[in-house]
Amino acid sequence: MSLDVQTDTDSEPEILTLPLDAWHRARGGRMVPFAGYEMPVQYEGIMAEHLWVRENAGLFDVSHMGQLTFSGEGLDAALEALMPVDMAAAKPGHPVYSLLLAENGGILDDLMLTRLESGDIYMVVNGACKWDDIGHFREHLADEITLNHMEEHALLALQGPKAVTALSRVIPGVEALVFMQGAAFAWEGHELWISRSGYTGEDGFEISVPAAGVEALADALTAQDEVKPIGLGARDSLRLEADLPLYGHDLDEETTPVSAALGFALKKRRREEGGFPGYDRIMAERENGPILKRVGLIVEGRQPVREGALVVDAEGSEVGKVTSGGFAPTVQKPIAMAYVPAASATPGSRITLTQRGKIHHAEVVPMPFVPHRYVRKGA
Amino acid sequence: MSRYYTEDHEWVEVDGDIGTVGISDYAQGQLGDIVFVETPDEGKEVAKGDEAAVVESVKAASDVYSPVSGTVIEGNPALADTPELVNEDAEGEGWFFKLTLSDTSELEGLMNESAYADFVSKL
Repeated sequence: MSLDVQTDTDSEPEILTLPLDAWHRARGGRMVPFAGYEMPVQYEGIMAEHLWVRENAGLFDVSHMGQLTFSGEGLDAALEALMPVDMAAAKPGHPVYSLLLAENGGILDDLMLTRLESGDIYMVVNGACKWDDIGHFREHLADEITLNHMEEHALLALQGPKAVTALSRVIPGVEALVFMQGAAFAWEGHELWISRSGYTGEDGFEISVPAAGVEALADALTAQDEVKPIGLGARDSLRLEADLPLYGHDLDEETTPVSAALGFALKKRRREEGGFPGYDRIMAERENGPILKRVGLIVEGRQPVREGALVVDAEGSEVGKVTSGGFAPTVQKPIAMAYVPAASATPGSRITLTQRGKIHHAEVVPMPFVPHRYVRKGA
Repeated sequence: MSRYYTEDHEWVEVDGDIGTVGISDYAQGQLGDIVFVETPDEGKEVAKGDEAAVVESVKAASDVYSPVSGTVIEGNPALADTPELVNEDAEGEGWFFKLTLSDTSELEGLMNESAYADFVSKL
């Protein structure tokens, strides 16, 4: 057998290290190249780490992601010209999910943006896309708008039902935040931006911290009994169970928001007024239905189907594909995300898949596979 | 009985002309949590180096090559329901399949236990 680890190495040949590199290695993190950086894929094992997060709290290093700030005259209109976000509705301190769209309506990246009290916009973009995103913004934003890449900042995510208990012990006040709300905090002389958000389906927080303070903060958090460091392997299985698509796998330039089942990112005012890339195509798809649609599958048997497996029709012809798949630790079954013909996209539909010459059967099921446990206002 | 290892981390334990095949403890540790094993059917003819089984961890699928040529006698039925046996006892209860060796001279090219331990220590 071959033990070569499959990873998502990008076009950048140089592999860089992030501020917590030595910290991960000292804790037994197995480091692999990911999005141009050496990143921990696991510590004690993906299964145990995944289940720990569902029951306790896990600390993820997501410093490979791009943190950007934007400022300047006409910023709202400039951002609206590139994505279907409603900037008038973007209240200070409330992160919004949006999509950077290509001219043809394909997805260039999915991202979170937040208006800060200062009026600037803080944005978190995918690590594997950040250099392309920065280039795209520099090309399309007017000179009046300043883009700052926060390269001296790390990003941590503390996720799980006990995240609030652990984090509020270290940084009192975070418990007052609700899902999709953020605020500035100070810790040991470092300015932090913390939002109650994440990518696991669990309650939790994302913490932007200056690189100079991240090791001490990671130490302070993992000193809490509820918290263990968790690798990117478990982050991937957690987000899959939570119906959170991953750029470069479930989303790409060939995919539109409607096909990707991300219609919620097309804000009402923008649907009515237009003015974002791919508007005509996207609205036509919305009206008539997409050809292919992203769905969740539960695969029969125990063998996982992986990204790249084909969805086939009764004649065995390719009609779709699996974009993420694996054994789901919480569900204890193989699950997948796949693009299937719209006629087969309703829950209960039976799907036939092929992988390495073998036929697999699956059923379309409602997502998420594991209920979200976000802490919302009034809850 | 003697146990031999390949550079691809399979082992074969030979008793007369019957061989029992599995993956090494080192390999299961590298793979992490094993969630599925596909074993070959009885009667299947395999040549040395052929893909004979598939082992899947949470993250990835890996082919398992037959360390020797022969005819499969049985796949380990316990792995169908408890693939985690490979994590718990890779070189014992977590064996993959048994076969009748067609050419015992093939064993000469494999490593013994100490040679394999030495090989792994340099990875």
